Amino acid sequence: MHPILKLVFQRLALGILLLFGASALIFGLTEALPGDAAQAVLGQSATPESLANLREEMGLDRPALTRYVEWLGGILQGDLGTSLTNKLDIADSVGKRLGNTLFLAFWAALVSVPLAIFLGLLAVRYRNRWPDKLISAVTLTTISIPEFLIGYVLIYFIAVKIGWFSPLAMVNDSMSLGQKLNAIALPVLVLTMVVLAHMMRMTRAAILNVMQSAYVETAELKGLSNFMVIYRHALPNAVAPIVNVVMLNLAYLVVGVVVVEVVFVYPGMGQYLVDHVTKRDVPVVLACGVVFAAIYIGLNMIADIVAILANPRLRHPK
Amino acid sequence: MNEQLNHMAGQVTAGKMTRRDFMGKAAALGVSAAIASTMFADAARAAGPKKGGTMKVGMLGGESTNTLDPAPAATQVPGMVLRLYGDQIVDVDADGNISSRLAESVEGSADAKTWNFKVRKDVEFHNGKTVTAEDFLRTVERHANEDSKSGALGVLKGIKGMKADGDVFTVEMESPTADLPYLMADWHLVVQPDGGFDNPNAGIGTGPYMVEIDEPGVRHSFKKNPNYWDDSIGHVDEVEVLVINDSTARMAALQSGQVHMVNSVDPKVAGLLGRAPNLEIRSVSGRAHYVFPMHTNTAPFDNNDLRLALKYAVNREEMVDKILRGFGSVGNDIPVNESYPLFDNKIEQRKYDPAKAAEHYKKSGHDGSPIVLHVSDAAFAGAVDAAQLFQQSAAAAGINIEIERAPSDGYWSEVWNVKPFCASYWSGRPVQDQMYTTAYLSSADWNDTRFNNPKFDELLFKARGELDTAKRVEMYAEMAMIVRDQGGLIAPMFNDFVDGVSNSVQGYEDDPNGFLMYSWAPVKCWLDA
Repeated sequence: MHPILKLVFQRLALGILLLFGASALIFGLTEALPGDAAQAVLGQSATPESLANLREEMGLDRPALTRYVEWLGGILQGDLGTSLTNKLDIADSVGKRLGNTLFLAFWAALVSVPLAIFLGLLAVRYRNRWPDKLISAVTLTTISIPEFLIGYVLIYFIAVKIGWFSPLAMVNDSMSLGQKLNAIALPVLVLTMVVLAHMMRMTRAAILNVMQSAYVETAELKGLSNFMVIYRHALPNAVAPIVNVVMLNLAYLVVGVVVVEVVFVYPGMGQYLVDHVTKRDVPVVLACGVVFAAIYIGLNMIADIVAILANPRLRHPK
Repeated sequence: MNEQLNHMAGQVTAGKMTRRDFMGKAAALGVSAAIASTMFADAARAAGPKKGGTMKVGMLGGESTNTLDPAPAATQVPGMVLRLYGDQIVDVDADGNISSRLAESVEGSADAKTWNFKVRKDVEFHNGKTVTAEDFLRTVERHANEDSKSGALGVLKGIKGMKADGDVFTVEMESPTADLPYLMADWHLVVQPDGGFDNPNAGIGTGPYMVEIDEPGVRHSFKKNPNYWDDSIGHVDEVEVLVINDSTARMAALQSGQVHMVNSVDPKVAGLLGRAPNLEIRSVSGRAHYVFPMHTNTAPFDNNDLRLALKYAVNREEMVDKILRGFGSVGNDIPVNESYPLFDNKIEQRKYDPAKAAEHYKKSGHDGSPIVLHVSDAAFAGAVDAAQLFQQSAAAAGINIEIERAPSDGYWSEVWNVKPFCASYWSGRPVQDQMYTTAYLSSADWNDTRFNNPKFDELLFKARGELDTAKRVEMYAEMAMIVRDQGGLIAPMFNDFVDGVSNSVQGYEDDPNGFLMYSWAPVKCWLDA
């Protein structure tokens, strides 16, 4: 078997093992939280009888281990189960929410990744001159401001005062692609501002590192333009660290945007997960947790593989 | 100038002048915007409702765990959804009277034990089935069932028997219950086909709007029920309820015109928002109140002098001023106020009195150890700040209160009704009997002050069967005095319902029963194109 293929399989197997670990951890932690789904649903209006009734109905009167094993059995057959609180099919609801989250993440990535790399290249080209300093200053400022504040500021000035985009990013199935893009314009902008600096700075640093090499000097000596040197010779050799940081940020765009979702009332996974954690709806929390973990593990695996493919020494091991 | 204005108002009523024109011309006549706005609203109301359009409502209080089942509904969005797709047997109107919905008439026997509800004729469910007395019976049965998780379960205790006979639904009570129609007006009791036994989540009711899209925690959209029995309401073609739990996002949505109305405007921004030109802040004083309950059976709160000391140590005016920013009124350590029918206005208002507090504190013989108050903003918006104000005003009387912050998550299961002294809120009930029965009767499930006073219990039962109004007022006043002077409740303030309504919405009227005209706003209001 080709060593790369073997590596992929190894990583996949490890990833699945990791997922089981993650699910056990999530289950244990959700169980450790005070209160259970029955109490959370009934809230202030709970009485001992109604609590007992609801616990029995939800199956919470059985031991935790039994419930976990049952859940594992279900998921191995591709069944995520039904939510404790609203009896809806979890795969259905998660699917819709995940679709929304990926939609937002996709467009945010489509804007931010090329922009970050381009700005990184630009910063290297004009390093220590005003474009470099301007780019760094602006991106570092936007990453330093909490994302909810950027969100509110954009809502106030762009949506309320100028009236360009909607302050609510509530997308739904009946909207056309254009309407959806219009709705998510502001959150995409906020997310771009948040992830830009990290990727841009990494690109800049990685390329500057390569720029010290002899072959870059050779390229300069043979008369290539400054930008071409960076683009053709420095960038490919700096791909590994850049891909790593890009993947980390993509993972963030999927799993870490709860705050932005709340501010823009975006119907994504984050809000969905938070609602169900407060209701102690363990099956839903588990499903979301496993999906998040899978995305995280998957993206990191891609980063590793790309890093290996980009490096001839790792590509052809002795 | 007056003639000119009257003429213009006439034009509006006749539908010949838009709001924009009216406001512009009124301004040219030197009329202030506020007055012109009121005049326009009056004139537009006289013109009668306009039909059509989509009413968008931005609301706090929805989660992705919500269902269409009326029984477990607890927050504002499910309440609104029920109002739109369903109807109750009877309802409480803005003046606190019983209004008939699916029951055409209500009749009680002379001893207030037997109550007959006559079913309105030819009302159809969204699935085409006709509403019968049997549906009433099954609905109440489901909610009164011990197995149910219904929020109305507590209200329906004390029913001896029920029957459906022809078009009459009869409820027989174990003891005389003068307020039974109010109990039947509980907002959970939405009539469903066969009481919702087969599928409580179906979203099939008799309401003015039919469920079209149900995405819990995101949005709920409805289209007009063409067969609705009550032509006087249900003006817009479609209603869309958007769940916007974030306060800032909700206000931005209203300001930018994405929604026509929002509930729960934060008092902190209500003043600022009210200055925006295209919307209006409507606040209605109601029955909801913020409280600090003490367990009267747990030391040190088992000492009435200590309880009185703490009651005198609250600066109520300051709390209304700083926590509610004036959107509310002071409480009197009783869970009822003048919004309730049969309330005696002559009960003396308790005031902040550090000297009296110190006196009672001394008499209580408390050892001076700090009194722990458990609090979280989950109890009510600004609870932690209110506790700090309490701490300061009590310190002036020499009482040492220690604030212990609890996490919002799990507050209602771990702190409230568990810890002996905490912060909480009550949304109120339509009648005094229900409020007292829910939380102050010694055997109540939610007796969060562990109040046990035989005289009080006796009066409560006696008042239930008393049909002489004057006597009932007297009894309720006596009960109020018992709770006020001996109970474990510190009720410093009653909070207003504060809504934000766009100027394009007409027909909005105050309703002290709840947010957004007791959820009637999208049904009773119309859109001014």
